[in-house]
Amino acid sequence: MAEYTFRIFRYDPEKDETGRIQEYRFEPEPGWTVLDALNYIKWNLDGSLTYRRACRHGICGSCGMTINGKNGLACETQLKDLGTTVVTIEPLRGFPVIKDLVVDMEPFYDKLYAIKPYLITKTPPPTDKERLQSPEDRKKLDGKYECILCGCCTSSCPTYWADKNFLGPNALLKAARFLFDSRDEGFEERVNAIDDKHGIWRCHTIFNCVEACPKELNPTQAIVDLRKLMLRGRL
Amino acid sequence: MSEYRGMFKVGECAKYYNTEDAKVVHEEPKGVDIHNVHVHDAVVVGAGLAGMFAALEIKKAGYDVACLTKVFPTRSHSGAAQGGIAAALANLEEDHVEWHFFDTVKGSDYLGDQDAIELMVKEAPRIIYEYEHMGVPFSRTPDGKIMQRYFGGHVKDFGRGKPVLRACMAADRTGHVLLHTLWEQCVKHQVRFYSEFFVLSLIIKDGKCIGVTAWDLINGGIHVFQAKAVVLATGGYGRCFSITTNSHANTADGLSLAMRAGLPLEDMEFVQFHPTGLAGSGILLSEGARGEGGYLINDLGERFMKRYAPDKMELAPRDVVSRAEWSEIEAGRGIGGQQYVYLDLRHLGAEKIKERLPQVRELAMKFAGVDPIEEPVPIQPTAHYSMGGIPTDIRCRVLADGKEKWLEGLWAAGECACVSVHGANRLGTNSLLDASVHGKRAGKDVVAYLSTNPVFEVLPEDAAEPAIKEVEWVLNSNGPERPAELRKILQENMYTLCGVFRDQEKLEKMYEIIKDLQKRYKNIHIEDRGTKFNTHLMEAIELGHLLETAEVIVASALNRTESRGAHYRTDYPKRDDDNWLKHTLAWRTEEGVKFDYKPVVITRFKPEERKY
Repeated sequence: MAEYTFRIFRYDPEKDETGRIQEYRFEPEPGWTVLDALNYIKWNLDGSLTYRRACRHGICGSCGMTINGKNGLACETQLKDLGTTVVTIEPLRGFPVIKDLVVDMEPFYDKLYAIKPYLITKTPPPTDKERLQSPEDRKKLDGKYECILCGCCTSSCPTYWADKNFLGPNALLKAARFLFDSRDEGFEERVNAIDDKHGIWRCHTIFNCVEACPKELNPTQAIVDLRKLMLRGRL
Repeated sequence: MSEYRGMFKVGECAKYYNTEDAKVVHEEPKGVDIHNVHVHDAVVVGAGLAGMFAALEIKKAGYDVACLTKVFPTRSHSGAAQGGIAAALANLEEDHVEWHFFDTVKGSDYLGDQDAIELMVKEAPRIIYEYEHMGVPFSRTPDGKIMQRYFGGHVKDFGRGKPVLRACMAADRTGHVLLHTLWEQCVKHQVRFYSEFFVLSLIIKDGKCIGVTAWDLINGGIHVFQAKAVVLATGGYGRCFSITTNSHANTADGLSLAMRAGLPLEDMEFVQFHPTGLAGSGILLSEGARGEGGYLINDLGERFMKRYAPDKMELAPRDVVSRAEWSEIEAGRGIGGQQYVYLDLRHLGAEKIKERLPQVRELAMKFAGVDPIEEPVPIQPTAHYSMGGIPTDIRCRVLADGKEKWLEGLWAAGECACVSVHGANRLGTNSLLDASVHGKRAGKDVVAYLSTNPVFEVLPEDAAEPAIKEVEWVLNSNGPERPAELRKILQENMYTLCGVFRDQEKLEKMYEIIKDLQKRYKNIHIEDRGTKFNTHLMEAIELGHLLETAEVIVASALNRTESRGAHYRTDYPKRDDDNWLKHTLAWRTEEGVKFDYKPVVITRFKPEERKY
């Protein structure tokens, strides 16, 4: 491969007043992902570079970041697919930066807690048996349950940038995952948070979340489905 | 795909972060004082399936529990499991817990303790129903029950019959849905998480575990957690090897903390290697790739399995295929003489690959940059699962002598523990089951213990001393050695010298390498001297854990002069029940690793040859 230039956002809370861009130049090996390049830097060039990583195969959701202006997982972004040898890596937007590429995800998790992210049931389940759910009903969860909480969607949402109380695409997708589950009986518990000016009605259908999601989910569709559900509930 | 460059130009983010809208966190850290002591009835270390199940069980019983985890709970490696979780539900065809019992015993190469295995397989259906009641989105059968699929080693009629539909599944994301659902339940029941807390030591006083110390990764600073009960659920140690399916976080922390507290480890020589890891990284490609008719090819373009399993060819069991691959590599027939061979799917055609193996294709494209429709995929055996661990009894209580004596106040569950239900080799889909069943059982046992009203022991004055010393040593380290380089030497040599094939010469060489690395480790330096989110500090401490644990793996492998399950000695290629039908207990001491043994619990199935 050719020599690449990695332009990486650096910020050390104990030293820096503000963030800066640091450049690293080297020739990556064929097949390397952005995470491979970050690991190469950390393990060979600059041990102080800070980022989150764990599973490195796209399921844990730790390494969401902004790569050449677009959100994605570092571990599953092939360098050769970027179409350039200049790679700018920044922390996820819209969240406070803790250090370098590490952001504070608490505001993101707080939105999840607000929609009560767990199955709510009132009918007791059968003893020593599963609840039944038809394959058709189960299919309604496809495209909703696969979320890995990486934050790429909410961080890409201009509406969230402007309104930090907006629940954001992630929390609303999660709400849909439960509200469209045939086993769930938690409509009443969730409706106030969702049917709110900072809830489903705040979304401007900009579709950045759909572009950003590394799992190819469609939070905007989920939000639209929730709007229909709420309207039906009111009628 | 479009990009949203309009609002913030690439490269101008530095200014953007300095605006009020997205402010940089620079408040004074909370609770960095080392005298900052937290008090909880119980502390669970680790937030995978085992850890969260234990925490949930304790919390539901009304006790105050804290769950410490070095990554946010849903980042834990349980979430990476794909295929399923075993339970004889018989939703689609006849199945019995006794069959599951037999398969697990046979799979373990008769080294699993049969009392523990029987309890686990009997508990399996109930734990699956509990997961379903929690909200796990299992795939469903046409009549709405939990869907089950085939998996290697799970068969009918005590090993005599055909494969059985036993692996309960949620598409190929079973671990992911179980992990997320458990976390959701923890949120619901308000389990207190200390996320991104890195545990540094166990506090042991008068033969009793009374708490842990931990490093607050985000803010910096040592915290002390005082507890009546401590549960270790820290996961596996795949990162001892360069090629592994495991997460970067699986660095044997819990095992080495247990050793530092004077505990032995059990059966550490048994590490399972999966035959189809992506070359270079070890990321797992599903067994489906071989099941659908993929070929394994060496540098000469041969389907080399004809030399090792002429009947089953590529469909031979995992360990046989891993050994065949490694034989080719050692004979210089790896691709270009390198440590990998090819998995060739091209003859299946684009249509079949897209329809039947979409995830295999996606993984190969995303992580190796190779499209299996166009090119063969480079693969190699990859360290997958650690059967050994911290010895516990069937109530998950950690055994101070490895045999009978409980170390009061300490439990262990999941991959870091050795009950032992997997013996010398684990069956696919039994790991999620092990973590869930034993996580829950550990939680229940903690509750029973707490209900006897034990007192909080007074913390000794020096409770945090080892932790403070370790952190200060690393932060002030000034030597010439780089932790990343030492780790690389360790991992690469572990893979070749203590991997699929082992012999005395290789293992002795590896032991020398580890001893040398341990010396060099004393002279490391790190480049990040700060206290906030210092991942260089964490990596350096993790390296210490890896070096200590690898020493015990190698010594145990050297000590066991037979081949059983995942442990294959070319100089002792046969299983030797007369001398080695027993568990290894290994203590790491100043004078090297010391051994003792304990008998295997055999209740129902007498050892016989393991043939598939």
